[in-house]
Amino acid sequence: MRVALFATCLVDTLVPQVARATATLLQRLGHDVVVPAGQSCCGQMHVNTGYRREAVPIVANHVRAFAGADVVVAPSGSCVASIRHQQAAVARRAGEHGLAEEAQALAARTYELSQFLVDVLGVTDVGASYPHRVTYHPTCHSLRLLRVGDRPLQLLRAVRGLELVELPRAESCCGFGGTFAVKNADTSTAMLTDKMADVLATRAEVCTAGDASCLLHIGGGLSRLRSGTRTVHLAEILASTDAPPGQFRASAPGRSAELHGGGAR
Amino acid sequence: MTAVHLGMPKAQRPTLPTAPAGVGNLRGDRPFPAAARDALRDGQLRANLGAATTTIRGKRAGVVAEVPDWAQLREAGRAIKAATMARLDEHLEELERQVTARGGTVHWARDATEANAIVTALVRATGADEVVKVKSMATQEIGLNEALEAAGITALETDLAELIVQLGEDRPSHILVPAIHRNRAEIREIFARTIPGVDPGLTDDPRRLAMAARTHLRERFLRARVAVSGANFAVAETGTLAVVESEGNGRMCLTLPQTLITVMGIEKLVPTWRDLEVFLQLLPRSSTGERMNPYTSLWAGVTPGDGPQEFHLVLLDNGRTAVLADEVGREALHCIRCSACLNVCPVYERAGGHAYGSVYPGPIGAVLSPQLTGMSGDENDPNASLPYASTLCGACYDVCPVAIDIPSMLVHLRGEHVEAQQRTTPEAAAFRALARVMSHPRLWRLAQRAAGLGRFLARGRPTLPAALPPPASAWTRARDLPTPPRETFTQAWAREHGA
Repeated sequence: MRVALFATCLVDTLVPQVARATATLLQRLGHDVVVPAGQSCCGQMHVNTGYRREAVPIVANHVRAFAGADVVVAPSGSCVASIRHQQAAVARRAGEHGLAEEAQALAARTYELSQFLVDVLGVTDVGASYPHRVTYHPTCHSLRLLRVGDRPLQLLRAVRGLELVELPRAESCCGFGGTFAVKNADTSTAMLTDKMADVLATRAEVCTAGDASCLLHIGGGLSRLRSGTRTVHLAEILASTDAPPGQFRASAPGRSAELHGGGAR
Repeated sequence: MTAVHLGMPKAQRPTLPTAPAGVGNLRGDRPFPAAARDALRDGQLRANLGAATTTIRGKRAGVVAEVPDWAQLREAGRAIKAATMARLDEHLEELERQVTARGGTVHWARDATEANAIVTALVRATGADEVVKVKSMATQEIGLNEALEAAGITALETDLAELIVQLGEDRPSHILVPAIHRNRAEIREIFARTIPGVDPGLTDDPRRLAMAARTHLRERFLRARVAVSGANFAVAETGTLAVVESEGNGRMCLTLPQTLITVMGIEKLVPTWRDLEVFLQLLPRSSTGERMNPYTSLWAGVTPGDGPQEFHLVLLDNGRTAVLADEVGREALHCIRCSACLNVCPVYERAGGHAYGSVYPGPIGAVLSPQLTGMSGDENDPNASLPYASTLCGACYDVCPVAIDIPSMLVHLRGEHVEAQQRTTPEAAAFRALARVMSHPRLWRLAQRAAGLGRFLARGRPTLPAALPPPASAWTRARDLPTPPRETFTQAWAREHGA
């Protein structure tokens, strides 16, 4: 299958290894990956901060960038939720009915990574190997807007060497919330502290999730505490194999991401 | 009769009056982030709230899970509310006719000031200088106790938690459990200090505390001549009012005094008796986590020789018509005040109810209070900060028994607030510039390259320095920020694939 990868603005700019991992994984499963060059952002940050009018040209750009795609995959529950639940509504509100229809049609072809793997491709064992103790945090938008359910857990359980430990109070929000993390920094930090306490209680080496944004927040807190536990995106774990260098290896605990053979450095 | 405008485009919509400023308790004196900061530092408050919300969350989840048709009930609740709001004017007039036909008197109050004046005059007419009160959000909203006090009338709260708040000269912090921020040791201290003649050996055993309150209240129930209540529901077709409660204090107030005055928001009615069936199932399971509440009191007008011989119903607008005019925001009027959204809200759990400034805290308060009062374009308006007091995690929508999409409404109100701003704030300028950049791929690539230059601040370390200037400091005070990569993914990909 020819799959268009939407890296998302945050992943592309700050944690490119997550998009690389998504591409590597999809290629390993035998699919053609294309990365439309015109892509930038889904517009969610604007919409959720009150700038819904300003989000319209961003939505238009997104629709333009992915116009030719049969199927779009993004390593983010939150961005896909915005594409599915907000883009068309924002365009419609601005009177851009043509754009709204195009956005709606594109949304129907857009998938969050774990949904794409399990529902569209029908795979749970993606041939990954990741010999670490891992706990999984279900991000709010993947949980409550996309209803991904236990799909990420099904994928993680099939990873060789991975020891999956249950996160207490897993469904509690980590406190990121986009601009909430800055506008209500104190409350956000209080929520983060409780989430970190739960993560650390699992004695996991790695906390994973399907959203790089929430992981940036949780990982930023864990790093500040010098906790030794780090955050790794689900795509990185699923892309990881025990094949020799030349293949993708995800960020292992205590190391920064390594992009072997990808030519990123 | 107040006009109801449904679905009219904004440009043609007349500006409808909101709740007046300076009356009642719908707006705090500080924006949410500042008010929350103090609460977050209060370790006792955090412990009390964490324990209480965790318990009640578990109870609710248990009793909701055992109802096989909960999803259908919830949809029925939503549909009844939506249909009722669409013809609210007709239902209200029907309610007035039915209450009047059964010997009650209906009063229409445009806002808090009018409602307080009506109730004060009614109490004065009885000659009483004391009223007993059934727990009521509407009277908290309009600041009735304060208004009565100014007129020389003492209002005594008879709900145990409201009594704790009143005796402690405190403010309620939860819709259902107003003293949720207090633990039993603190309650013992309040009772020992404020209840006249209380047993000096009073312990913090819940039963002993309840008995002390009961003794204190019983005497007042028996001597009260006037009671003031709110209402959970009003049935338009029969003129029936309904109060659901747990302690029996409501039943005492609704039956013993000679005069009963009920203050009710205009959105509380249901068209038919049969509609109650749905809500009486949804409400107790969602609020107290009980299958059925211990007391359900229903009355219509007056019954000679039985209960109050004088009944007044005050129908309160106080901004509700303005809320009804907003086609997204109006869903907030569907709320049946169960508090399930407060109990699951991760923000409420940390910041507590006082941080919201209004008597309506938590997620529903964050959408209801700013709509009732209106949000001024001023970015320092405390109520304009409420729609941002959420991570949009969606837990509130999942538990709402009438399926109010609170997260979408929060986003909508953020948009309304931004669009009402008179001047261009630095944030608006930044977001507008970013929107332009993000809608032009060439500009976006340039901006990403510029962001990548931030890596030089890190001097080779994996994270950026913690001491960054605002607004980045709001992030880096508590969280590390990774050093931006040399190259973005799309740049690397384009280079590798010769694009």
